[in-house]
Amino acid sequence: MVGRLPATLHDGMTVAVKAGPHTLITGGEDGRVMRLDASGNATELKQKGNRWITQLAAGPKGVVAWGTGRDVTVRFEDGTTRDLKHERTVEGLAFFPKGIRLACAHYDGVTLHFPTEVKSSPQRLDWKGAHLGVTVSPDAAYVVTAMQENALHGWRLSDKRDMRMSGYPAKTKSMSWSAKGKYLATSGAPAAIVWPFLAKDGPMGKAPLELGTRGDAMVTEVACHPEQDVVAIGFSDGLIFLVRFSDAREVLLRRPGAAAITSLGWDTHGARLAFGSENGDCGVIDLRA
Amino acid sequence: MAEASSAIPVTVLTGYLGAGKTTLLNRILSEDHGKKYAVIVNEFGEIGIDNDLIVESDEEIYEMNNGCVCCTVRGDLIRVVEGLMRRPGRFDAILVETTGLADPAPVAQTFFMDDEVRAKTKLDAVVTVADAKHLPLRLKDSKEAAEQLAFADVVLLNKTDLVSPGELAALERTIRAINPTAKIHRTERSKIELEKILDRGAFDLTRVLENDPHFLDADDHDHHHHDHHHHDHDHDHEHECGPGCTHDHHDHDHDHHHHHDENGVSDIHDLSVKSISLRAGELDAEKFLSWIGDITQTDGADILRLKGIIAFANDNDRYVVQGVHMIVEGDHQRAWRDGEKRESRLVFIGRNLDTDRIKAGFEACAA
Repeated sequence: MVGRLPATLHDGMTVAVKAGPHTLITGGEDGRVMRLDASGNATELKQKGNRWITQLAAGPKGVVAWGTGRDVTVRFEDGTTRDLKHERTVEGLAFFPKGIRLACAHYDGVTLHFPTEVKSSPQRLDWKGAHLGVTVSPDAAYVVTAMQENALHGWRLSDKRDMRMSGYPAKTKSMSWSAKGKYLATSGAPAAIVWPFLAKDGPMGKAPLELGTRGDAMVTEVACHPEQDVVAIGFSDGLIFLVRFSDAREVLLRRPGAAAITSLGWDTHGARLAFGSENGDCGVIDLRA
Repeated sequence: MAEASSAIPVTVLTGYLGAGKTTLLNRILSEDHGKKYAVIVNEFGEIGIDNDLIVESDEEIYEMNNGCVCCTVRGDLIRVVEGLMRRPGRFDAILVETTGLADPAPVAQTFFMDDEVRAKTKLDAVVTVADAKHLPLRLKDSKEAAEQLAFADVVLLNKTDLVSPGELAALERTIRAINPTAKIHRTERSKIELEKILDRGAFDLTRVLENDPHFLDADDHDHHHHDHHHHDHDHDHEHECGPGCTHDHHDHDHDHHHHHDENGVSDIHDLSVKSISLRAGELDAEKFLSWIGDITQTDGADILRLKGIIAFANDNDRYVVQGVHMIVEGDHQRAWRDGEKRESRLVFIGRNLDTDRIKAGFEACAA
């Protein structure tokens, strides 16, 4: 059953939204950060301020991070916070799987922090250019960024080896790891570009899968199923496909709508898929139905 | 890509600290035009800005990873424009106020090089506010002052009440030497009719130069002066003034006009930014397109802006080009009108430009 739970959390626009475990974290142009739990209770995590909250990340055990300009704040479940300064604007935030390490993408690379360890110095992953988003593989072995020039950049953390994944006609805005981190699905092309991370060298020297290829629309969102090797793919015309990795078989979940899909999210076991679009059309697709 | 008509127009306000940008911004916002603006500022200055939607952002230059040093964009603008466009309908246009030290090139290039920004917005014009009292000093002690003038589609020569008429005329010559195509308006306290700075379509190929009947007419000899060729390049003395002087509040035309026969450009001789104005008859389309592509690749780092109207042989339509550094756009604009002289005119604004080589290359495109 789908219920409706309206909640007004911000003055003006909500700039960033992140789903955490059983919660929704939002950041607004009012500079406020809010947490909404499943029963509709809202908690203010950060008071209003002058600047937009442009980045959010949520980890396990209630840890949350938000970015505004060059400053990132990590808030732990007990309410204590840690501020992390950067030389350039932080364009992407992602917690490592256990939530004790945080990746911050910015111009010329990524900075990795251990927010709980005040004395540890951050680790830098350098690569020239503008990094606009970041994701960490579920096994914590790889950090991958999306770049301004329509490419991905990755680092294997064990030896800091660089990998470059290019050939996208548009910027990658959405990245999603498949169950157990075997694949990384990405947007930014007329198909979901799915890089294999099964081998020990990751995607190096390998061609990606291209799933759900269409001739007249671009992939704007991807969300891998939490348990099976299938991916939900949202397109610029509002269409949503579900595609299986093994044989590229497509199932139509939503016909084209009025606007691009801008958000996709699975529930814990992958029974339902929520979607949002550029013009506000949104809904839940129940795959058990 | 969105239709041009639905794209949100963006006006960029540049100028040195204290020149009057924020005053101009508040004038735009407070006039009864029925339009809603989103304002992007670098920092909240001492003068408050009276607007509902103000976004503060750090000016951040991003170099593109293609090995080209002039391929730069403003990362903060990409981010903020994208954020604003998530909820369209709240505003009709965007105003970007840059800091006094901002390089306008990455600002302009953002609207051409970033696909998403380009799809949703259109750069309307770069408006530069120059403080008449302090401009000569600024031009000597900073490179940004000249670049901001070079990039301007509209220049507000502001605080005119603080200088003499003679000084003003000299300032206009200086501005004209840097940028022969900009409209220059003399203002006090940034007071100007908004239609002179908004909805200019300065980067719109269907409109670029269309409003400039005197484009290049009076000023080209300024810049050829130094090359000592003295070939017969149309000294069109029947036109009294440059494009900036077409407005009725100017009474300095003759002073302006007579001066530039003598002293090449201005009273400030060490201007690092200058312009080259070229003129020819009908050109061979293939030769010209190949040449303009090559010259913007080889000299793009030094070319700040270029604009031109080209007459191609065996072509009934005017061809217009405009560019920023290595980005160059061209398209057919409209049919040549009866009685309109079919000639090709092209202006380069930049630094260290090799006038002889560029001129020779242009002339070699003759049909």
